Amino acid sequence: MSAEPALLAAEKSAPAPRPTLRSRLMRDGGIIFGAVILLLMAVIGLAAPLLGTKSPSEINPSFRNRVPGIEQTIRNDDGTTRTFTYRMGTDSLGRDIYSRVVYGARVSLIIGITVAAISIAIGLFIGLIAGYMRWVDAVVMRLMDGLMAIPAILLAIALVSLFRAGLLSVIVAIIVPEIPRVVRLVRSIVLSVREEPYVEAAIMAGTRTPLLLVRHVLPNTIPALIVQGTFICANAILIEAILSFLGIGIPPETPTWGNIMAEGRGLFRLYPHNIFFPGICLALTVLAVNVLGDGLRDRLDPKLARRV
Amino acid sequence: MFGYILRRLIATAPVMLIVAVFVFLMLRLTPGDPAAIIAGDNANAEQIAAIRNRLGLDEPIVTQFFIWLGNLLRGDFGESFFFKKTVAELVASRLEPTLALSVATITIAVCVAVPLGVLAAYKQGTVIDKIVMGFSVLGFSVPVFVIGYSLIYLFAIKLNWVPVQGYQRIGDGFGGFLQRLILPSVTLSIIYIALIARMTRTSVLDVMGEDYIRTARAKGQVEIKVLFKHALKNAAVPIVTVIGLGIALLIGGVVVTESVFSIPGLGRLTVDAVLARDYPTIQAVILLFSFVYVLINLLVDVAYTLFDPRIRY
Repeated sequence: MSAEPALLAAEKSAPAPRPTLRSRLMRDGGIIFGAVILLLMAVIGLAAPLLGTKSPSEINPSFRNRVPGIEQTIRNDDGTTRTFTYRMGTDSLGRDIYSRVVYGARVSLIIGITVAAISIAIGLFIGLIAGYMRWVDAVVMRLMDGLMAIPAILLAIALVSLFRAGLLSVIVAIIVPEIPRVVRLVRSIVLSVREEPYVEAAIMAGTRTPLLLVRHVLPNTIPALIVQGTFICANAILIEAILSFLGIGIPPETPTWGNIMAEGRGLFRLYPHNIFFPGICLALTVLAVNVLGDGLRDRLDPKLARRV
Repeated sequence: MFGYILRRLIATAPVMLIVAVFVFLMLRLTPGDPAAIIAGDNANAEQIAAIRNRLGLDEPIVTQFFIWLGNLLRGDFGESFFFKKTVAELVASRLEPTLALSVATITIAVCVAVPLGVLAAYKQGTVIDKIVMGFSVLGFSVPVFVIGYSLIYLFAIKLNWVPVQGYQRIGDGFGGFLQRLILPSVTLSIIYIALIARMTRTSVLDVMGEDYIRTARAKGQVEIKVLFKHALKNAAVPIVTVIGLGIALLIGGVVVTESVFSIPGLGRLTVDAVLARDYPTIQAVILLFSFVYVLINLLVDVAYTLFDPRIRY
């Protein structure tokens, strides 16, 4: 035996340094940061009624456009009084912005998660079939190219104009532009996987196509889809806010961050808080999802990490 | 080369045709009769029938599509339900602000993002790199209208350096034009800067390990020339690609930015048309934006040959 293997063996036998908390934080900082913020937003959304809020749609004509921190004395039914603090002020209908921002977390998270889940499910289904069956591929990919030629926000705006405004139509309008991107991703993975020996072996063994796709091809797409899902989620939250901000998204009485900002546009010069508080929440949430996605991509899909 | 351009041009035709079919069906799938909408509330059944006849709405749907497509190719986008003008006139009158905003934004973005990306790649792993990359993630995450209102608050309301909102045509004085354009373009360029800086960093890092970089350094080339001449030129293809793909982001951003800054451009027109359910205008704007997007990406493909003579077709 030469010295070299011995050297290697010696190196191997040395105890691997246990990852310290610091090094783990450095490596997974993004994942931890993103997950913590998202969890926080989810808790805020779920526990909205318990967080010192009042009804987010309760209007208060005598208490409009007040600055953050103002207090109001409210007379209870039994004659006693209590004070309510408007932590983020009130909007031009006298609604409590703090309550609207807290309830707005619900809508953003629901939209982000629903859009990500549905567009990935549909895109995965189409992509698996397109990647595996050549004749479907030609037709489907031309259709997808056509859909992708329309800029995403524009397509969403156009779709919203077709339906009546509401949560469902906004979700559909955001899902449609995302599908071609998922289809392309899945298809590219399927095309590379179908040449693998284990797939050929399965075909030889007589595995039927649906089973082959689900058991042998689909698992390869999961890491990339988890990463893609986080980015779709971030994008969906942003597009919903944009649509609502433009006044063509969720109906204005529903508290969403975009709606609060749309409401605050007119009086922005005098009362910038109507825009800043929901804006900060929105930016922080999208940032958290993006950072989480970046972290997951580095961990799960190093190949993808090379293409931005 | 010209054969290649021609082939690519022909290859975009089916894509645009699919877009056209989609946009056409969109109008037909909407509830409501376009003829009744155009005729207004006081029209009687005969007037509606006359309009329907004039618009060719009695024909089978496939015939209608080809009539519509033929009109499009002749520059006839139909008549706006809401603005009571031809859509072509309407679009033409809104073109200048959007064009000015887009050109200014791309210029700012490229001038800022490329040096930032090169710097981040050069200082890879240092604090500078982390700051640039952190800024990039932030740029993707902060919605364009939040950036817009923050800049308005700081530079227009607090510092009073520029007007709050509005647009001045370039023909009415260049100074005022520039003064009103600067804030919206900076707002819109943030997300674009984030995108391009990121791609520049990745692709410059990719080429930094190549032999010709080592050779350039070995012959004593100054570092700045190594970076910008040898590295950047070889890293250009993905950067130019992402600039082309980013046009989609830019178009989305134009819609929002024009609304924030009250700029009477195509983006604002899109929102107004959707609010008024003015389908011919919506169709025209979507077709136009998609056409520009496809065309620019075609140009980008062609531009590869300029950056990298090794790519031949």
